[in-house]
Amino acid sequence: MTIGLAHYLTVAACLFTLGILGIFLNRKNVIVILMSVELMLLAVNINLVAFSAFLGNITGQIFALFILTVAAAEAAIGLAIIVVYYRNRGSIAVEDINMMKG
Amino acid sequence: MIYSAIVFLPLLGALIAGLFGRVIGDRPSEVITTGLMMTAAALSWFVFIETGFAHDAAKGAIKVPVMRWITSGDLEAAWVLRIDTLTAVMLIVVTTVSSLVHLYSIGYMHEDDSRPRFFSYLSLFTFAMLMLVTSDNLLQMFFGWEGVGLASYLLIGFWYYKPEANAAAIKAFVVNRVGDFGFALGIFGVFFIFKTISLDEVFRQAPDMAGKTMNFLGYDVDILTTLALLLFMGAMGKSAQFLLHTWLPDAMEGPTPVSALIHAATMVTAGVFMVARLSPLFEQAPVALEFVVLIGAITAFFAATVGLVQNDIKRVIAYSTCSQLGYMFVACGVGAYTVGIFHLFTHAFFKALLFLGAGSVIHAMHHEQDMRNMGGLKSKIPITWAMMLIGTLALTGVGIPHVGGFAGFHSKDAIVEAAYAAHTPGNYAFWLLVVAALMTSFYSWRLMFMTFYGKTRAEPDTYKHAHESPSVMLIPLYVLATGAVLAGIVFAPYFIGHHLSEFWGTSVTPDKDIMHHMHEVPVWVMWAPFGAMATGFGIAYLYYVARPELPEKTANAFRPLYLFLLNKWYFDELYDFIFVRPAKALGRLFWKGGDGTIIDGTIDGTAASVGWATGRIIRLQTGYVYHYAFAMLIGVALIVTWFAWPTGLGPSGIGAGISK
Repeated sequence: MTIGLAHYLTVAACLFTLGILGIFLNRKNVIVILMSVELMLLAVNINLVAFSAFLGNITGQIFALFILTVAAAEAAIGLAIIVVYYRNRGSIAVEDINMMKG
Repeated sequence: MIYSAIVFLPLLGALIAGLFGRVIGDRPSEVITTGLMMTAAALSWFVFIETGFAHDAAKGAIKVPVMRWITSGDLEAAWVLRIDTLTAVMLIVVTTVSSLVHLYSIGYMHEDDSRPRFFSYLSLFTFAMLMLVTSDNLLQMFFGWEGVGLASYLLIGFWYYKPEANAAAIKAFVVNRVGDFGFALGIFGVFFIFKTISLDEVFRQAPDMAGKTMNFLGYDVDILTTLALLLFMGAMGKSAQFLLHTWLPDAMEGPTPVSALIHAATMVTAGVFMVARLSPLFEQAPVALEFVVLIGAITAFFAATVGLVQNDIKRVIAYSTCSQLGYMFVACGVGAYTVGIFHLFTHAFFKALLFLGAGSVIHAMHHEQDMRNMGGLKSKIPITWAMMLIGTLALTGVGIPHVGGFAGFHSKDAIVEAAYAAHTPGNYAFWLLVVAALMTSFYSWRLMFMTFYGKTRAEPDTYKHAHESPSVMLIPLYVLATGAVLAGIVFAPYFIGHHLSEFWGTSVTPDKDIMHHMHEVPVWVMWAPFGAMATGFGIAYLYYVARPELPEKTANAFRPLYLFLLNKWYFDELYDFIFVRPAKALGRLFWKGGDGTIIDGTIDGTAASVGWATGRIIRLQTGYVYHYAFAMLIGVALIVTWFAWPTGLGPSGIGAGISK
């Protein structure tokens, strides 16, 4: 059995769905949401790299590197915010973070 | 120049007192307006003598262009002062009475806080009235007409803190609007038919139109009759004739000098002036003239009956004015325009005298107007008594046929004779006027007896302090009394006698026959008004001096009739029922139903539904991040579906492109 493009895309789609479910089904911790977002970004990276390899175009892989960079920066900022939030309110449970409403 | 000065000096006075009254103070305002008015009066007498006696009357009117006003298509209306004998007569009446009333008001109003405003209004009124009488076209006349209406409104409501005064002012204004509606329609009609509103041009074309008809809403109506009736409707409103008379008695809420100037001597006579001014037009419309006689005779009779039982001293005189205006219209209606104007002229003197005299009584009695609370004032205010006596003698027409008498004798008897000579059906006009003369005599003497004779019924305190008015108020009375005595005997030969045509020139077109016939009536007709006057005096003497208990008994014996008269034939109640209440109901419907429910309801409903909707939308904002993320995801899913649908669900360009 040859591993084709469809296999890569399926894996990526599974990862992406896992990320989404992680966001919605998670009731405990904001850090889990952050991790789910990372998971979705990685799924997109898999897509980019897979297309890049199969189409013989290097652009996709370069974009994947960019996305990794941005994701690292984003994780750093997100964690920083969570730390500050925890210091202020003493909890980072998702249930408790509902002050942003009219 | 002199003509312009007469008209515009009062305007100048009004502007100075009105705009700068607070700056220059009360006394200067009074002096300036009164001084300017007296100047205008002096100039008017000069113009009157020049126009009526020295001027070659056959030449026609003097025209003084002031400026252009409206030029639009066929419509040409310019400010032109038209001076002929008719105008000159009105000029002296208006300016003389006005200047005397100004002078009188300095005394009468001396306790009032807003005297500059009062004098400004008085002068403004005079200006508008002068504009009316000097008009050369119908639009200019309408300007003056509305101007006096405005001034009348302002002056009736001068004491605006009194609710009755405000109500009376509004009533006067609204009732006059009814008449003015007819007047305006008449002007439109004149322009429609003649293609011009210039008086001279209309008069020139009027004979050609006599008897022609036009089709209006499927009816063939006589053109000139229709126009004359419409114009006369304006006159009925302004001159408080039967059916449109209800505002005049209420107008007595205004200060007494105002009643003397506007509601006795000048403004209410504007209707008579208008009919006389338009006499060439009315002469071509005999049906309209018959209507004028009918209304005039009914008014003369009706107002006199109501005057019999009124107790407010000013209201008695007001109904008397109404009645005398009826006399004037009868004279105009039978074609004796000059007789009507003559009565207007003499009436201005003695009725202003009576009003100012009544003002003097009211002043003496500290604003008591009810005659039931007067009596015995002759010894307290002898000069006022003497002046009122002269006014009463003039009003009742005391005089001996072929010899002479007071002013009212010459003019009123001439009207009665003209009414007889006109041979109305059954001579109704003549008989109504004679009966009205009897009643005039009765209520005039009743007023005198109740006010000045017998034992006083006033509060002892008020009676003790009753005092004669200052001379600033008495001098106008002297002047008017002179007029009331002499105006008839001096001017009768010119106004209605042998020098008639030289005096009037082309300014009015009297019916030649009637002027001739009225001097040839039977002797008993000449003595009829005298008899009526004497009888009225006799009854009044019997009722109020000899047997003072009789009025009470008579009133009780004829209770329904007494109440009918006391309530002014129930006209106010009738109009209240027919017009006022439906109008109020309609207004309430529009106010509560149209404005309140529909318009406010729509707007308030929109606002409320926005509030309700936002309340719902707020609930969507839970504050939980994953809810927002879920909404975002749904949105993304929808957008992707939209664009990626294979059969081109999305916009044809993009969706079609992707589906290939």
